[in-house]
Amino acid sequence: MAEKILMKGNEAIGEAAIVAGCRHYFGYPITPQTELTEYMSKRMPQVNGVFLQAESEVAAINMVYGAAGAGARVMTSSSSPGISLKMEGISYIAGAELPSVIVNIMRGGPGLGGIQPAQSDYFQATKGGGHGDYHCIVLAPNSVQEMVDTTILAFDLADMYRNPVMLLGDGALGQMMEPVEFNPSETKPIAKPWAATGLKGRAEPNIVNSLHLQPEKLELHNIHLQQKYAGIIANEVRYEELYTADAELILVAYGITSRIARSSVEKARREGMKVGMLRPITLWPFPEKPLAALAGKASAFLTLELSAGQMIEDVRLAVNGAKPVYFYGRSGGMIPSPKAVYEQIANIFKGKEAVKHG
Amino acid sequence: MADKIFSRPKGLKDVPFHYCPGCHHGIIHRLVAEVLDELDVRDKAIGVAPVGCSVLAYEYFNFDAFEAAHGRAPAVATGVKRVHPDAVVFTYQGDGDLAAIGCAEIVHAAARGEKITTIFVNNAIYGMTGGQMAPTSLIGQVTNTSPYGRSAEAAGYPVKVSEMLATLEGAKFIARVAINTPGNMTKAKAAIKKAFELQISGKGFGLVEILSTCPTNWGMSPVEAAKWLAESMIPYYPLGVYKTSEGGAK
Repeated sequence: MAEKILMKGNEAIGEAAIVAGCRHYFGYPITPQTELTEYMSKRMPQVNGVFLQAESEVAAINMVYGAAGAGARVMTSSSSPGISLKMEGISYIAGAELPSVIVNIMRGGPGLGGIQPAQSDYFQATKGGGHGDYHCIVLAPNSVQEMVDTTILAFDLADMYRNPVMLLGDGALGQMMEPVEFNPSETKPIAKPWAATGLKGRAEPNIVNSLHLQPEKLELHNIHLQQKYAGIIANEVRYEELYTADAELILVAYGITSRIARSSVEKARREGMKVGMLRPITLWPFPEKPLAALAGKASAFLTLELSAGQMIEDVRLAVNGAKPVYFYGRSGGMIPSPKAVYEQIANIFKGKEAVKHG
Repeated sequence: MADKIFSRPKGLKDVPFHYCPGCHHGIIHRLVAEVLDELDVRDKAIGVAPVGCSVLAYEYFNFDAFEAAHGRAPAVATGVKRVHPDAVVFTYQGDGDLAAIGCAEIVHAAARGEKITTIFVNNAIYGMTGGQMAPTSLIGQVTNTSPYGRSAEAAGYPVKVSEMLATLEGAKFIARVAINTPGNMTKAKAAIKKAFELQISGKGFGLVEILSTCPTNWGMSPVEAAKWLAESMIPYYPLGVYKTSEGGAK
């Protein structure tokens, strides 16, 4: 068992990346994830790694494309407006099937928005964001320890599926300090015979590319990607359930809001209300089947988000009309109190609908 | 039995180019491949192709390569070079790719002294999208998006990339060449070789701007195009070495 140390979420991600074997980081400062960029600037030279502060988020993600295509474990990080700039590159990375880890410590939007925590990039993270039919694997930790563990997992999944993996946190997780330990992955490193490394005696050149000008070939490439995504959906769904066995109402929340939701659920339980919770850890692939199964038992669902309602669409798809799905959310960097969430739960039990927003 | 004294460079695959008649890309590809052969570095060469007419350059080069997004080749090459410092990494970019959408990437790769080589093909027009105005289109030049001729009032002035980049400390070799005559071709190859040698010796960033023709989009025959290059382009874009690692701009 490794020693526990107190670390800030953003910095813990950086150290976890190093533990995962990442030796190339390309990024650009933006609040509230800048500590990660700063941490990498300090640590990478100490482990003979490369830290490069790019001229923009656009350049940073394309440096990631180059380094990933050259066979390295590579990471970049940013916050919402910066991730929007990276979307072009992420689409290319998905198209060229390059393993890369992209961290988004979300803040409020749209536009320049603010610098306080939000979860309003859910659509962008899970539905593509860039152009074309593609998916990032999206991991949503809810503690500093889980930020460490999912960062290490992110590198393994990226290599395994040759796919971009997004670590989706928010400003609160990035800024909070908690004790953590670093347990290296037991997954064996994967060979990358497809990487462009220079021929070095190889007969056929390796080309890293997302261009397929012939429609037949591009369709085949898209079919291949969709088959890969189907495999990810079948094998990589991760979630946590709490008090779901007898629950009449199921809260659905991820990341920081799942911590608030948990407090509210505990209080409601003490008050005799049969409330449970499902916390997605992978937002894509979304835990659709477990939610569908719960729809056969529970009477209603309540989605809690730091947005105007984005994940609720996936919850509704999973529940597929079987039961009502209510929503409670705050936005702009506002964080609901456990008391406010408890009141929503109590209202549903009293037969009142949860407020839509705010 | 006669001795073979001329053959396809090892750095080029035995496939036909898709380029238009009179276009200079084929010659430039060949010069790059010849230089890599002569320096004996094909085994560790990694090219980064642009968006534009030479988007398929990796189909012709016989070594590892990347296809980059519009303008991002210098950032991609930076990532590659930082992973493989011993590789010989180059970008191959046109004027739209490098001087418009990718202006930030090339400026900062040069400013960082990124140890890569850039082959910059300047034909003063957007080729692949069908003849629109480029940042390098000349004042008065008629294109599909400057149908009355490029006006400085409306569209500003053509960008002199070599002169601009030569001001940056990290840029160690900047030259502008043309391949419209056999003599210029010899000078172009020498400049390309110098830029690669400089990368291999680890000195810093090198760029060779190559003035070239686009007969199709200029609406000229290949012979007329070569003449227009000599009479209109070279006076605005003077040939020469703008910076060398031995010191000093021209």
